[in-house]
Order: sequence, then structure tokens, then C-alpha cells
Amino acid sequence: MPTSTNDFDAEALYRELLAQVRAGLQGVQDAAIVGIHSGGAWLAERLAADLGMSQRYGSIDVSFYRDDYARKGLHPDVKPTNIGFNVDRATIVLVDDVLFTGRTTRAAINVLFDFGRPARIMLAALADRGGRELPVAADFVAIKVTLEQDQSLALARAADGTFTLTIEKDHA
Amino acid sequence: MLNPQLNKNGELQHLLSIEGLPKSIVNHILDTASSFVGISDREVKKVPLMRGKSVFNLFFENSTRTRTTFEIASKRLSADVINLNIQASSASKGESLLDTIDNLSAMHADMFVVRHAQSGAPYLIAKHLIDTKQSHVHVVNAGDGRHAHPTQGLLDMYTIRHYKKDFTNLTVAIVGDILHSRVARSDIHALTTLGVPEVRAIGPHTLLPGGLEQMGVRVFTNMDEGLKGVDVIIMLRLQNERMSGALLPSAQEYFKSYGLTPERLALAKPDAIVMHPGPMNRGVEIDSAVADGAQAVILPQVTFGIAVRMAVMSILAGTQG
Repeated sequence: MPTSTNDFDAEALYRELLAQVRAGLQGVQDAAIVGIHSGGAWLAERLAADLGMSQRYGSIDVSFYRDDYARKGLHPDVKPTNIGFNVDRATIVLVDDVLFTGRTTRAAINVLFDFGRPARIMLAALADRGGRELPVAADFVAIKVTLEQDQSLALARAADGTFTLTIEKDHA
Repeated sequence: MLNPQLNKNGELQHLLSIEGLPKSIVNHILDTASSFVGISDREVKKVPLMRGKSVFNLFFENSTRTRTTFEIASKRLSADVINLNIQASSASKGESLLDTIDNLSAMHADMFVVRHAQSGAPYLIAKHLIDTKQSHVHVVNAGDGRHAHPTQGLLDMYTIRHYKKDFTNLTVAIVGDILHSRVARSDIHALTTLGVPEVRAIGPHTLLPGGLEQMGVRVFTNMDEGLKGVDVIIMLRLQNERMSGALLPSAQEYFKSYGLTPERLALAKPDAIVMHPGPMNRGVEIDSAVADGAQAVILPQVTFGIAVRMAVMSILAGTQG
């Protein structure tokens, strides 16, 4: 697994993630793929298509489950959560673009449990930048990245569906 | 005039009236509401957003439906709801409105949902909270006198957007007792804010307030003319107490001139929708064939109302004073 600080080939990273998820779901019953808005949802949508699982794709917005609501208020751009399959007994691959503190993952797991009781939840992330604040680990990761505190990773999706991943400096 | 609805950053601190709300905030509420709609279909019909918050429903005037939908909305946001039937409590013992508010604030209220027969009562409460540095407590106007009923206006906009997608090519008719209707006033402000090019008010002279034209509204006293080619019909409830005064001859007479019948509905666009804030008086302002017909969206309005109230409360509760 490469470790890099810039110049990502996001398409190659996506193929790496796809291969890992495909291998991980080998022989699994009732598998489903759920992405976290917005980057994770893009990835999950494409993973579901490439794995022939478009009927078992969902997307979630964690805004109603975030732990910083009391400090920051409601996110200005909340997207609908869309889970069109039965969560009970499903094995769900939860997809996020960048894994950082683990707080988004915690919120997303709570969302899923309000839809039912999954058999298992696995976590896939395109990039893991460390800095965990909760006991969360990914099952599938395409790249591990070391970043400065004031940097973040931004996934973008072009009109033709291809991904780019860039390092951005956070606004103060 | 001071707009106590917004904090110094222009964020929604209290919801008192749609008048004076920027379009961006109206759209933010509607967009957020659309994310809440699906929650009622889930196994767990709750999100933890307002866990640990206390919402006080202060209904100085009766309303089962509005109070219930606010209660459901609060509970689906995981807030604790306390319903106060003020008529049967301290107000009847002579306590002043603001003393009641201070007492409830001392019980660590986070939000007041206020229905009051006096126009401006929610403003008075919001201003008092600001003046007494209790700006962490939020106020939602659930209907004040003849003035405003902003959450009804917002749920009406949500309903129109759901069925018509776009506001900028619509003709909307509001029919009935515009004079006494806080719903009509809130709808007119909301429709104008969202860029609806033609808003019509239809009713008898005695039930039309002055100044409608200044608000950009086209006024019709002939219902058949007013309904021609409209996309949306908002029927208003004819309050029975208006009959007893000199404003109207009788319910039958009113229905003859301003009741929405299938024949009259046919004058609107074929895909026009029929709305009503409830409770309906069948045979007074609306024919049962219309109320139960394919173009009526009266029950979806109720369902959307919960999501809209969830959106309003969750945005307010997340705003710092």
C-alpha cells in the first residue's frame, strides 16, 4: 500500500478499493453498499455498479446524527438518506471517501441501525489519513496518507464520472 | 423594525413570520424538510438531533392539529415535549405572559412553540428573551391572531414545490376568508418571496382586507373568474363565528358563491392541485367530491407539515444566540 502526500491517481485508487471490496464480499449473502454523502456516495454508487449490486445500493447523510450539532448547528446542505433495501441481516459495506476522526463513521453506523439490524457492517475508505478519535478501523482502504492538521483531502467527481483526489488547505 | 428572527450572523434564531425572511432561509427550510420526509417511513422514526432539549408547547388558543404535529415533530427529533394547556392554568389565575415565560425558562426550556390569539405575542416573547439575555431559547410562532402562521405557510410551500417543482411559472389562488386568515397572510409572503408571478385572492368584499394589491396580489370577488387557469388553489376555512356577525348571510349562500365544486375546479388548469389548511367545512367552502378527489393534496399537506416543523425546529435549535 503506497504512502504519499500529493499527486494521487484517484482512478487507480478506486480500482484498488474495488478489488479489495470484491474480494471481501466473496461468498457473502445479502451484501449491500452504502455511501456517505457526498464523496462516499459517489464511490459507493460506482462500486455497486461495478459489482453488479446497483439494486443493493444506498446513500446516507449523517447531518441528523452528528456529534457537533450543538456547537455548529445543522449542516446547511442536508441530503436525503436513501436506503431502498432491507437492512435486517444484511452485510453492509459502508463507504466514505476519507477516513479521519471516525466520528462520521460512528454517526453513519447509528443511521443504519435506525433502519434495522444488519448482520455486519464493514468500512471502506478511499483514503485513511489517520487521526482517529474513536475506535474505528477500515476493512478496505486504497491509500494511507499523512497530512498536516490544517490540510484536508477533497474528492471530486467529473462529469464523466472519473474521480480526482487533491490535498487542500483548510480555511481558518 | 427590528427583525428578532435573525441573529447577528443572519441565521434563523426564532421563526415568527415569513415576512422578512430571506429566500435563502425559506429554501434552506424546504430543502432540510425533504431530508426529514423519509424518516417517518423507517423502522425507527426518530433522529437524535434534539436529544436532551426541552420543547414547550404553549397553546394560549386551542388547536389540536397544529399542537399534535409540533409534538410529533419534536418527538421525532428526540426532544422532550411538554404540552401546556394555558387556558386551564396560570394565565387564568392572572399571571402575565412574560412571567409565564420566565418561569418556564427557569425550568430550562430550549424552545417555545407559541399559539396565541393576540397578534404579536410570539414577537413579544422573542424580544423579551433577547432583552433578558436568554437568547439560547428559541421561539416558533404556531399562529398569532390574524397575523401569521409561518409553519403552515412553509408546509404549503413545501407541498406546492413537491407537486409543481418550480415556483416561477405558477398562478396561485387563495380563496375565502382572507381578512381573518393568518394562513393567507403567511402564504402570500412566502409565495412572493419564492418568486410566484401571480398570486390571486378570491372572496367576498367583506372578507378581503385592504392593501392586498400593494402586496402584489390580484383580487377577485367572482370565483369563476379568479380560478381560470390557476395551478394551485388554497382554500381557507370559513370560521363559523364569522356567520354570526354581519359579514356573511349564511353557509349555504357562501357555498353558492365561493364553495369549491367539481364544476368550478374544472376552470383551473387540468393538473391544478387543491390545498386546505384544515379543519375543512365540507359543504361550506369545499364540496366533498373535491375534498376527496384526485386533485386534492390536503392529507399530504399534513404529512409534509411534520417534516417542515422538524426542519424549522432543528435549524433553530442549532443556531447560537
